[in-house]
Amino acid sequence: MTTASPDHSVRRLDTATATTCDPRALLHLHGIDYHSGGRQLLQQVHLHLQRGQILTLIGPNGAGKTTLVKIALGLLSPSSGTVDRSPGLRIGYMPQRLQVEPTMPISVQRFLALAPGAQPADIAAALAEVGATRVADARMAALSGGELQRVLLARALLREPELLVLDEPTQGVDLKGQAEFYRLITNIRDRHQCGVLMVSHDLHLVMSATDEVICLNQHVCCHGHPEQVSNDPAYLELFGRQGVQAMAVYTHHHNHEHDLAGEVVDDPDHVHGEHCQHRHGPSLLHNPRKGG
Amino acid sequence: MVDFLWRALAAGLLLALVAGPLGCFVVWRRMAYFGDTLAHSALLGIALGLFLELDMQLAVIASCTLIALLLVTLERRTRLADDTVLGILAHSALALGLVLLSFTRVQIDLQAYLFGDLLTVSGRELAWLVAGVAVAGLVLLTQWNRLLSLTLQPELAAVEGIAVARLRVLLLLTIAVVVAVAMKIVGVLLITSLLIIPPATARLFARSPEQMALAASMSGALAVLGGLAASWQWDTPTGPSIVVAAALLFLGGLSLQRRSAG
Repeated sequence: MTTASPDHSVRRLDTATATTCDPRALLHLHGIDYHSGGRQLLQQVHLHLQRGQILTLIGPNGAGKTTLVKIALGLLSPSSGTVDRSPGLRIGYMPQRLQVEPTMPISVQRFLALAPGAQPADIAAALAEVGATRVADARMAALSGGELQRVLLARALLREPELLVLDEPTQGVDLKGQAEFYRLITNIRDRHQCGVLMVSHDLHLVMSATDEVICLNQHVCCHGHPEQVSNDPAYLELFGRQGVQAMAVYTHHHNHEHDLAGEVVDDPDHVHGEHCQHRHGPSLLHNPRKGG
Repeated sequence: MVDFLWRALAAGLLLALVAGPLGCFVVWRRMAYFGDTLAHSALLGIALGLFLELDMQLAVIASCTLIALLLVTLERRTRLADDTVLGILAHSALALGLVLLSFTRVQIDLQAYLFGDLLTVSGRELAWLVAGVAVAGLVLLTQWNRLLSLTLQPELAAVEGIAVARLRVLLLLTIAVVVAVAMKIVGVLLITSLLIIPPATARLFARSPEQMALAASMSGALAVLGGLAASWQWDTPTGPSIVVAAALLFLGGLSLQRRSAG
């Protein structure tokens, strides 16, 4: 297997690699190993992502999901292996957490204006796209989990990303809010034709919103289309049958949605199943339990 | 008489101007102990300056800068918590400074370095202060948005193209320079208070990072004026008087805020 030194591990896609002939390729990780403090966190991980594709990393805690994302972003260098990014790749990143120091008074608008080159019109558009216009003047420290998540997504969109990287985007968000969020990601992918790399714990929810799944536990246990992976023995072993069966409940569709203000958003593409009439945004203006 | 008073006033106000916004980062990033560590190492600078017969202010700036850089390296190399590393550096530097000072023949007024002596600021010291404040002001003005991004989420900042490691060192060095030139004004033991108390006061009323920075400068300037006036009126030590004035402003702000909230 390839063992390049870390110094030379980041190459551009225009060099002779397997991905050269594919103009839709955004990111290609090959044979990634990562050690830290004598522990091997990643072993021979391969990953390939194209424009318009949603790729989800799932795996138990400590599986190295966040480490792999940091290597893909260039925040960490792999111990060995190669990272190929398409030349000049614009990445929008939504970090796992953002803890606004309560001593820092900063509004959502000011926070978004910190994105390099963001104009007021761009900020308004990004907030509208994620359905968070209502919180534009709110203080960052006062946002709920669901609101903060959308604001972070807006900041990532301000980069006009070709690749959107989301690290556990639905942490601290209730189930309805999570399903809602994954729909939003799918819509954004359709509209912008960007690639999406996301990390998730929510194996039940994420299955319907992803094109490909990589099941990671330091090495790639299994990968492929969601249906394929959900029947893979390695996957079943890693998550247990009970957890897997629970996902069936969440694969239904619904016919309209609500934004943060609780307003109905028409979404004629989706047919709703027997379980669900409509959904609410994460504003908690309504009791989310009443939705279904 | 008028001359030294004007110099003292100019020095105090200049320092307050830049300590406000810079202190906001000290507060947001919880770096109060870092400021103390630098201040303690300033005394080592004085000892070294006397030994090597260097310009005192230059020696202090050099030692504060060195400690800041040492901190960055130690943090990367050791697995100790930040505050442990800071504690080791702060007290070693202070102790080493005091030991070295005991070897010198020159009698120095330790009190003046520990508590400051604003009223004896010389033209030369004022010039150093102007230079230090100008450098810090330039860094703050040109890097403001990037520093905010770094403080909010360093990884997001890195993905958005900011050289976060370099920017962090730049912030540490800027604080080091300001602490070094501020030593003469409020003294080693009280420097950090000028970086902490005015921003804390400003925080009570500010609605944006910029408002907080501006209000911190103003509240610091008021504290300098108040402290100097008290020192003039009642012959109290200047440095501590300025800090007491800053603390009173904070208490006043706190009760004002309580009243408007209640």
